[in-house]
Amino acid sequence: MTDWMASALIGAGVAFFIAGSAGLLRFPDTLSRLHALTKADNVGLGLICAGLAVWQASLFEATKLLFIWLAMLAASATGSHLLARTVVEEPEGHGDSP
Amino acid sequence: MMWLLDALLVITMLGLAAGALLSRQTSRSVALFIAFGLVVSLAWARLAAPDVALAEAAIGAGLTGALLLSSLAERGEPLAPPAAVTRFSLWMLPSLMVAGLLMGWAFAAALAGRGAQTALHGHIEQHMPDSGVDHPVTAVLLNFRAYDTLLELAVLLTAALAIMALGPARQGHSARSTVLRGLASWLLPALMVTGVYLLWVGAKAPGGAFQAGAVLAAAGILLRLTGVRGAGLPSGRRLNWILAAGVAVFVLAGIAMMGIGRGFLDYSPALAKALIVAIETTAMVSIAAALIVAFLGGRPSAGSDTSLSRSHAP
Amino acid sequence: MIPALLYGFTGIALFLAGAAGVVWISATLRRVVAANIMGVGVFLVLIATAYRGPHTPADPLPHALVLTGIVVAVSATALALALHRWLSREAADE
Repeated sequence: MTDWMASALIGAGVAFFIAGSAGLLRFPDTLSRLHALTKADNVGLGLICAGLAVWQASLFEATKLLFIWLAMLAASATGSHLLARTVVEEPEGHGDSP
Repeated sequence: MMWLLDALLVITMLGLAAGALLSRQTSRSVALFIAFGLVVSLAWARLAAPDVALAEAAIGAGLTGALLLSSLAERGEPLAPPAAVTRFSLWMLPSLMVAGLLMGWAFAAALAGRGAQTALHGHIEQHMPDSGVDHPVTAVLLNFRAYDTLLELAVLLTAALAIMALGPARQGHSARSTVLRGLASWLLPALMVTGVYLLWVGAKAPGGAFQAGAVLAAAGILLRLTGVRGAGLPSGRRLNWILAAGVAVFVLAGIAMMGIGRGFLDYSPALAKALIVAIETTAMVSIAAALIVAFLGGRPSAGSDTSLSRSHAP
Repeated sequence: MIPALLYGFTGIALFLAGAAGVVWISATLRRVVAANIMGVGVFLVLIATAYRGPHTPADPLPHALVLTGIVVAVSATALALALHRWLSREAADE
């Protein structure tokens, strides 16, 4: 039973990651790519952490996974904010094609 | 079924490495290399090497990536990079093939000769109770092969000193961002606690001075990114003392062992734990300082970036 | 032992690819990346020889050697990048 739930959650997480990567490859400019990546990857990671938490032996280990997800949320939010700010404030580009 | 995971990891590693090597743009190459480093950490996890996985993720992918990115940001690669393949000399191809064959032969011999290696492994297991720690890798690093670790710390110190001798730190680009400061305000203490925890837990589980030093260096880098010029390091003499402390304490411990009649770095089982704790703690601080100096790219200066607006190096 | 063989040969392939990169790439930063890839290849070979199967603890000696190697690699990379920056400054000042 727990195997099925864990597999379903992890599978859903992977699907979100694939969606985020598809957004990275297909969206036309940096801001929309950031949007797709950050949202989809955060949800995907949350689902994967939930799926792994189901398998853990104790609540303590499961809470550790929750903290991993929260730390990742904060880091990716900050990172995408900084990237987006750079893109918005220096629109002449950086010489690299995306 | 695990072979599927291994096959996917191997394909991903080779693909990312090929992408990093073949790409014409430096920024793409660096980004792919950072991703490569993270996938390699997964390979270490698959090969039952959690210590190495921690170190690779923190130092190999994270810190090396940060170093490369800050070099990239400072210089700004020319828009038309030179051709990737120059000085194509045909004699390199047979040399590479010979090197590959030699490595393959050495690898096969090592795999076949694992009986003899297991005897050495057995020696390590036998002497674990005398080593002062419960984790085999820490015991090997800090006790049985302590000389190697001493020399490694000396290499890191030499690199830091050379980097400081080459000039002042990079001007750098610090994002004056409230969001970043908000993140740093709670992440920095968390990183410091995590670093010390990794040091402490290294006695009985994967962890240790190097991983702890890398986490503290990450804290220093985050501090630098929020605009603190010195990244938390003191300047001048005190920094030199902090950098040298790891090697100094290690050498002093070795000489102390000679003083009580044992060989250099031959710890007595009674004192082993205390010595290892002392050496690892100072090593962690020195490693963190050296890695921060490496990121800064030169002698750190005091002050913060608030007087300068976002300026790139001239 | 299949994982050990697989990762070991991947390590050899990465080493050769990195070596080719160091020789043939002229841009400094990418050359440093290639040198690091060479290092990772060597580490893979070492740790693959230390692998003893999923239920036996691995041989800790190569693990310690590779940990040392990772730190030495980052020291060398940092120094290489600092030298590169110094050389660019010298060239720009002329």
